[in-house]
Amino acid sequence: MSAETVVPLPVPGPPERTPVLSMRGISKSFGKVQALTDIHLDIYAGEVVAIVGDNGAGKSTLVKILAGVHPADDGGIEFEGQPVQIPDPTTSRALGIATVFQDLALCDNLDVVANLFLGREIAGVALDEEEMEREAWELLRQLSARIPSVRVPIAALSGGQRQTVAIARSLIGDPRVVILDEPTAALGVAQTAEVLNLIERLRERGHGVVLISHNMADVQAVADRIVVLRLGRNNGDFLASEVGYEDIIAAITGATEHARPLPEPSYPRPRRIGPLR
Amino acid sequence: MSDVTEAPTVRARAAGLVDDVRARLTGNLGSLPVVVGLIVIWVAFQMINPSFLSADNLVNLTLQCAATGTIAIGVVLVLLLGQIDLSVGSVSGLSAAILGVGLTQLGWPLVVSILAAAAAGAAVGLLYGVLFTRFGVPSFVITLAGLLGVLGLQLKVLGPNGSINLPADSPIVQFATSWFLPPWVAYALSALWAGGMFTAALLRRRRRLRAGLTTSPLGWQAAKAGGLLVLCALAVAYLATNRGVGVMFVFFIVLVIVMHVVLTRTRWGREVYAVGGSVEAARRAGIRVDRVYISVFVLCSTFAAVGGLLAAGRLMSVNLNSGAGDTNLVAIAAAVIGGTSLFGGRGSAWSALLGIAVIQSISNGLTLLNLDSSIRYMITGGVLLLAVIIDSLSRRARAAHGQA
Ligand SMILES: Nc1ncnc2c1ncn2[C@@H]1O[C@H](COP(=O)(O)OP(=O)(O)OP(=O)(O)O)[C@@H](O)[C@H]1O
Ligand SMILES: [Mg+2]
Repeated sequence: MSAETVVPLPVPGPPERTPVLSMRGISKSFGKVQALTDIHLDIYAGEVVAIVGDNGAGKSTLVKILAGVHPADDGGIEFEGQPVQIPDPTTSRALGIATVFQDLALCDNLDVVANLFLGREIAGVALDEEEMEREAWELLRQLSARIPSVRVPIAALSGGQRQTVAIARSLIGDPRVVILDEPTAALGVAQTAEVLNLIERLRERGHGVVLISHNMADVQAVADRIVVLRLGRNNGDFLASEVGYEDIIAAITGATEHARPLPEPSYPRPRRIGPLR
Repeated sequence: MSDVTEAPTVRARAAGLVDDVRARLTGNLGSLPVVVGLIVIWVAFQMINPSFLSADNLVNLTLQCAATGTIAIGVVLVLLLGQIDLSVGSVSGLSAAILGVGLTQLGWPLVVSILAAAAAGAAVGLLYGVLFTRFGVPSFVITLAGLLGVLGLQLKVLGPNGSINLPADSPIVQFATSWFLPPWVAYALSALWAGGMFTAALLRRRRRLRAGLTTSPLGWQAAKAGGLLVLCALAVAYLATNRGVGVMFVFFIVLVIVMHVVLTRTRWGREVYAVGGSVEAARRAGIRVDRVYISVFVLCSTFAAVGGLLAAGRLMSVNLNSGAGDTNLVAIAAAVIGGTSLFGGRGSAWSALLGIAVIQSISNGLTLLNLDSSIRYMITGGVLLLAVIIDSLSRRARAAHGQA
């Protein structure tokens, strides 16, 4: 490190890591509705960040800004420390941000292989079905996915299996960050467990994972960090291992306006998150 | 690599066997009901009138299928997108009119007339595609307007006399009425087809083995190719006792095969199915949906134009009625009866052949019985209704299964 590093880090710990993806003071309004105000968010590799908040807190809007569906009004986004613009979904994808939208966006009539490679088919003159099928098996095996055959149409799969295919599809092209908007909302107990398992595997593979969920049990089961949004603002950033259910609920409902200080992170953060008061 | 592929191979081998069964149980009946239906129709007519399956009549049947069947290939494409083209009849009529006027009044060479007619069809399709993608008007409405507009264009091109006879010695007339393959050529083509299919299967098998994937037994592939060869050879031998295999019919079959390969083996084909399955999913996957729509509308109208040329050649004349009457509906009904879903995303180029075979068999059989066209229309309507009901039921079965 150079002599410029005059401010000593508060906690000597593991070497400082740059977040894969950071949002810096992002604001977004739809007409008169201020959906997001001055949002800060860091996503690290190999970490699951859960974003929680009441209906209308701005979670999906945040996802859509990262996915390139809506541009932000104000603020900046950094990818691996470099400032970037995300004007459209293709750019988001090319940066290495994969989004699994809540409605999955799969083609029911196509089989698993076709869906996995949709828009990214391996092809010379003709489609290389064999190579695609081989890679599909390999990917699903890495995820320990329970799919009976990669040649059945999506219509024949259960909700959890579809979710698995949608998540597997996001991994093609090896993204750095995977964003999942309410991946368990429509699933039963067993299938939810399957998807949570999958999320843990994503973390093991070293992806940064953003999980949006209303289900606190799911969040506490897999998240390393929990970021609370309230009325479009940051309202807390907790280490999952150190925070109780009540604290999160309090932050979500606004009973605590950051009454609780941020917990000391296990590694130094580039900056504190959220407008602390 | 070996550790990667071992587990899937074992798993897939077990699953692969039940795949086909599962697909059928989940409402993907494929072309099975149509083939069964066709056999039933043939047997029934043969019992009522023994001349139905005579070589002479079957040769007629093949020639009757080609023109409208070609139009139906285009209809299959738009149906795969979940869209419709109601103007294929008018477009085929316009194309016939351009051919007639070009050949007889303007003195164009045949090739130029054909290209002009096909280009006119493509231009109409391009217009539909642009209107559809730019303004989002439903294809139903665009092509309904097109039905009228293009019909007007056809009348305009034909001019005041309204009816043109094509010279009987023109190659297009010969092609459509009196060119038949010598039996040895027909046998050779059959062998080429079956051999090509077997070779493709062998190559695919080799690639799958190399990728460590499951393969179906070689004997099964050989049996399929052999079965095809035997069927073709029998058909050729039987038809050869009369005039033989019409060149126009072979042309139609080749178009179907080419379209089938393009739909199943190319990226464009995959995109067509994807857009038909879910436009939004296709768009988010980065597929340029507008291009897919436009290309399909252009192809559909072009097939309609080519079908119009075949019909003109076969009837040796072009008039106000070219492409009018039931051409439109027969072409659309053929695609649906053949097993292409009205809801988009499901179907195959083969449904054009199967569907037109069903409709023309009914029509031909009833004509042999001297029943008039009122009954023919009603029966064809009934069959269409049956096909649509099967389509809807299997869609519902799929939905029910999908939610399970
Ligand atoms: N396209 C849009 N046009 C106008 N307003 C919008 C739009 N999208 C979101 N909003 C508004 O922005 C605010 C945040 O919405 P957002 O969908 O991000 O909430 P959320 O946290 O995802 O809620 P939920 O938990 O219900 O999914 C809401 O007030 C919503 O009405
Ligand atoms: Mg939401």
